[in-house]
Amino acid sequence: MEPLSHTGSAMKIAVCVKQIPDPNTPYALDPETHFVQRPQDQVLDDTDRYGVEVGLQLAEATGGTVTLVSMGPAGSLQGIRQALAMGAHKAVVVNDPALRGSGALVTAKVLAAVLRKEEPDLVIAGTESTDGYTGVVPQELAELLGLPSLTFARKVSQADGKIHIERLSATGYDVVEADPPVLLTVTSGAVEPRYPTFKGIMAAKTKPIEQPTIADLGFGPGDVGPAGSAQEIVGVRAAPERGAGRKVVDEGEAHLDIVRLLEQVKVI
Amino acid sequence: MQTWVFAEEIEGAPTSLTLEMLSKARTFGGDLAAVYLGAGSDTAFSTLGAHGATRVFHLAPGEGLPAAAAAAALAGLVEQRQPDLLLFGLAFTDRDVAGRLSARLDRPVLANAVDLHIGDGEVRVVNEILGGTTLVETAYRGPKPWIAIVRPKSFAAEAGAALTPEVIPVSLPDVGRAGSAVVLERHTEVSEGPDLEEAAIVVTAGRGVGGAEKMAPLTELASLLGAAMGGTRAVVDAGWLAYSLQVGQTGKTVRPSVYLAAGVSGAMQHLVGMKDSGTIIAINKDEEAPIFRIADLGIVGDLHKVVPKLVEELKARR
Repeated sequence: MEPLSHTGSAMKIAVCVKQIPDPNTPYALDPETHFVQRPQDQVLDDTDRYGVEVGLQLAEATGGTVTLVSMGPAGSLQGIRQALAMGAHKAVVVNDPALRGSGALVTAKVLAAVLRKEEPDLVIAGTESTDGYTGVVPQELAELLGLPSLTFARKVSQADGKIHIERLSATGYDVVEADPPVLLTVTSGAVEPRYPTFKGIMAAKTKPIEQPTIADLGFGPGDVGPAGSAQEIVGVRAAPERGAGRKVVDEGEAHLDIVRLLEQVKVI
Repeated sequence: MQTWVFAEEIEGAPTSLTLEMLSKARTFGGDLAAVYLGAGSDTAFSTLGAHGATRVFHLAPGEGLPAAAAAAALAGLVEQRQPDLLLFGLAFTDRDVAGRLSARLDRPVLANAVDLHIGDGEVRVVNEILGGTTLVETAYRGPKPWIAIVRPKSFAAEAGAALTPEVIPVSLPDVGRAGSAVVLERHTEVSEGPDLEEAAIVVTAGRGVGGAEKMAPLTELASLLGAAMGGTRAVVDAGWLAYSLQVGQTGKTVRPSVYLAAGVSGAMQHLVGMKDSGTIIAINKDEEAPIFRIADLGIVGDLHKVVPKLVEELKARR
């Protein structure tokens, strides 16, 4: 991966990230609230590593900075430190119990309040989170901030102060461009995220992490959480299960099992 | 009940996802309209009519990325005509417009709907979480309009209304900086064989294939079966297949009669795009791969051994 080239002045970059329960462990729902139970130790959503990497490359190319912006239970901040260890400079994590059960639009409003203070040239987000995957927070954020949005980028570059992307489309991709300040959403193919170095991990321990409450950002308790989200979970049930079928260990003849099944379902 | 369905024009026509949503919305009774973003044509409009739209709001985009201006135009229309429910598809432009509209109108979006229940003056949206193992039903609790994003293949597209819709042109307003992203080039990635979303058989390559140069046996298998080729996120990210062939949350949703997954582990984001397939066959070296939990036939083995033999066997039978 070639680093993004430097032609502009120092960019102030904000990357929206999310801590989620480790996807390799089974998720549990709180039986009363139906919210996902969140352990103390959460991980950085894997899809956010790409946004952090794009942010770091642009910041490095322009002598700029990367601020992480997040909302949700802070817990041990393990996931945030993962992104700081990659090289981000600081983090703002809005951590307030009143936020539990907030919908996408409330999340966007809270993040927008942080971003208005930060005034970045570039806001970067993933296309959707791995745990909730509503997939509209970035677009809501762009609208709230009055920014153009370059969404679903599979490739990002910068030239003459403009941001260019290859945006996924239904039939291929489009090359789209906009001037900063701009909001960008990146897919997981956009870059190869770096692994934190030992030095990076050590440095992350002392990097600044601000933790404002909703009151600090001008929200009241009724503006957020289920009350502010104008939606209510009214039922949770198990999906009709699609059981596992037959498992065959290949000892040289397993392809015949496939042939027989294809015959059975009459496609050959 | 007044329902509007968003319809982005792709290659001169409304998408099957749009027609699926219209077909479902037709069952709600009441007034049904399409919001069509694209050049538009009589054929396109009559397809919308055939699927139940009595009215088409026609938004013609310019050179910019249209989402911000389309959301502003829609917000104006909503103000004027007060629809109850707005449906968008899980597609790129749909998501951009729905998100921006949500912020403009200050209304939530309920996303990833696989079903919609209407009754007692309430709309409930069903979505799947935790890789499709759990269904969550959510109701709107604020003022209308209610906005939902619907997953592809949740409903069947059925023509049958034979209506000639009234077409109402709507101009896209200037939204200043928010609308300043410009489209410089458009690229269509052509793929051979049947269309991935419509194919009766899909052969999907996963990370286990191991490289672009190792795709040949799978491509041959797909062509022997008349199947469409698909890939997981890892495969399209690595460039072994075009992005447009991705199956899963960010890519296409498929529901073929036979889905053959080779070297696919079965991450949640992949499963949501294919788990409703008729018969699922999986080949994977890892006995514990999650894909085996939903496969009708799971072959624990090396795809590089199994697939070439399968190809030979199918050839011998021709």
